[in-house]
Amino acid sequence: MGGLEEEKHARYIVSVEKKKDDFEALLIEHLRMNGAYWGLTTLDLLNKIGAIDVDEVVSWVMECQDKDCGGFAGNLGHDPHLLYTLSAVQVLAIVDRIDVLDIGKVSDYVAGLQNDDGSFSGDMWGETDTRFSYCAICCLSLLGRLSKINVEKAVNYIVSCKNLDGGFGSAPGGESHAGQIFCCVGALAITGSLHHVDRDLLGWWLCERQCKDGGLNGRPEKLADVCYSWWVLSSLIMIDRVHWIDKEKLTRFILNCQDKDNGGISDRPDNAVDVFHTYFGVAGLSLMEYPGLKSIDPAYALPVDVLLSSHVPSSYH
Amino acid sequence: MPSSDDEADRIPLSARPEWSDVRPVPQDDGPNPVAPIAYRDEFRETMDYFRAVYLADERSRRAIDLTTEVIGMNPGNYTVWHFRRVVLESLNADLLDERDFLDRMTMRNAKNYQIWHHRRWLAEKLGPEVANKELEFTKNILALDAKNYHAWSHRQWVLQSLGGWENELDYCCMLLEDDIFNNSAWNQRYFVITRSPLLGGLLAMRDSEVGYTTEAILANPQNESPWRYLRGLYKGDTSQLISDNRVSELCLKVLKTGNSYQFALSLLLDLLCYGFQPSEELRAVVEALRNSEQEDTVSSNLAATVCLILEITDPMRLNYWVWRRNNLPSQVC
Repeated sequence: MGGLEEEKHARYIVSVEKKKDDFEALLIEHLRMNGAYWGLTTLDLLNKIGAIDVDEVVSWVMECQDKDCGGFAGNLGHDPHLLYTLSAVQVLAIVDRIDVLDIGKVSDYVAGLQNDDGSFSGDMWGETDTRFSYCAICCLSLLGRLSKINVEKAVNYIVSCKNLDGGFGSAPGGESHAGQIFCCVGALAITGSLHHVDRDLLGWWLCERQCKDGGLNGRPEKLADVCYSWWVLSSLIMIDRVHWIDKEKLTRFILNCQDKDNGGISDRPDNAVDVFHTYFGVAGLSLMEYPGLKSIDPAYALPVDVLLSSHVPSSYH
Repeated sequence: MPSSDDEADRIPLSARPEWSDVRPVPQDDGPNPVAPIAYRDEFRETMDYFRAVYLADERSRRAIDLTTEVIGMNPGNYTVWHFRRVVLESLNADLLDERDFLDRMTMRNAKNYQIWHHRRWLAEKLGPEVANKELEFTKNILALDAKNYHAWSHRQWVLQSLGGWENELDYCCMLLEDDIFNNSAWNQRYFVITRSPLLGGLLAMRDSEVGYTTEAILANPQNESPWRYLRGLYKGDTSQLISDNRVSELCLKVLKTGNSYQFALSLLLDLLCYGFQPSEELRAVVEALRNSEQEDTVSSNLAATVCLILEITDPMRLNYWVWRRNNLPSQVC
């Protein structure tokens, strides 16, 4: 088996960014901001960010901002949402253009989504989820405005979502799920609150997620999927337990999910590739210090050098 | 009224008399689009009309019908759902009709965040009398996929906000009878015994739950979920965990079978670390396992022996078990 097809993955990402004429592109049109974050982060980790016209990206991102509330939409003409606001800030950080933002306005929008119990809503309609706690905390930290929210309440809400297995769910009592665990552990890492995590108990649950094929799943008795290479690994790194899994087997699992002809990475071997899983595969390999890749910060989900130039204290390194 | 369900008969909006007064608004790609966005014709036309209605803030029956069409084509668009709620509220629309629509949509898109959020908005408006209906609905979704995270989240919200706890433990039993490996159902079981206002809480439930869980483990000792559940039953009370004979006897029984004993060893290791004093029989069974796995090693205590066996039988997590062995409490047996 060969190594990582860096060139082909970079070409695949660029081609997806350009291709907007098929039905698939249409269906993800409303979350294109997330797509831009996945694509650009992947290119940066592959040291191929030069393939992108920075001015075009910045101008499109800023067009997606709602000028009244300050939040960002998934695409032009859509409604603002916390999910896309974080992606927009991350994209601007990657291209080193945070300076174009009215930081006060964006951070007011994010801070305004905190609820009385410390949780966060995704937008004005009030859907609540620990995913949004992460989005808000990560976003405000990147903007240097964590002081605008009640961090103690935000942390207490996340801690109230902790389960008997040491993991976290989307709300108090919700089943532990590796994606939600990343969000909760990430938010706790950024706010310097990891002492609330039972590292050994959670670390054991997370390393039990490695399946016989070497891949990681997100819950017991589920199939392995490349996306968990990010959710599980980043969490294990944040709690300093990543050496408890078999990295060599996981690396092989990810490399086996590559489309060796046309680039891109799929959820599991021989499935169709997409930008989402290409990002998670490359980011997972970066977390395992795969040669030739930039290193990525496990909490902010951004290349470490991006954080350094933005003067954000890295969460781990 | 044509619907997106029967696409063959669909009449373009531009050819429908009821829409003749509306000028569709094309997607604005901004001054410097990263790339022009080309749409499939039908979808593009519908979105153009939606944009027109949305920008005009037209709160009408036909606006609701139009969002139905857009949602049928792409249920993931937040803006369309938002606008639908605004119009439904303005028109004081019949929310039971809305629920029927949503039932059909959810059956086809059971993992869509917007649909489930809309459902919560709707159930909140309809109030406690729809609790059982909502529970019934999530039950239907879980019958198709018993681990659907959205359905579980909604179900937990319904129980806590609208009520309907009466049969929830029975429901967990039923799901676990179908699939004892269903971690979501185990999680729900813990949710019920710790949060139901009818059952008296964890302490009141512990005794009967230990009985239920040990049976489940003995039937399938390789099942991760009930082992974790069993620990959860003694949450924060390690002295009870090590003094309840049923727990150590469970470990012994599984170890004696000589098969699928990884989780039994793992729990035994925790018991030992908490100060449990093993019987001679338990020691002998573990020693026998060591002899079959690894003949040359000598270890100072039973806990270290347990770790050594796990290092051999669970090589993927070798480093975890080595770490456990190197970090045993000084007084461990």
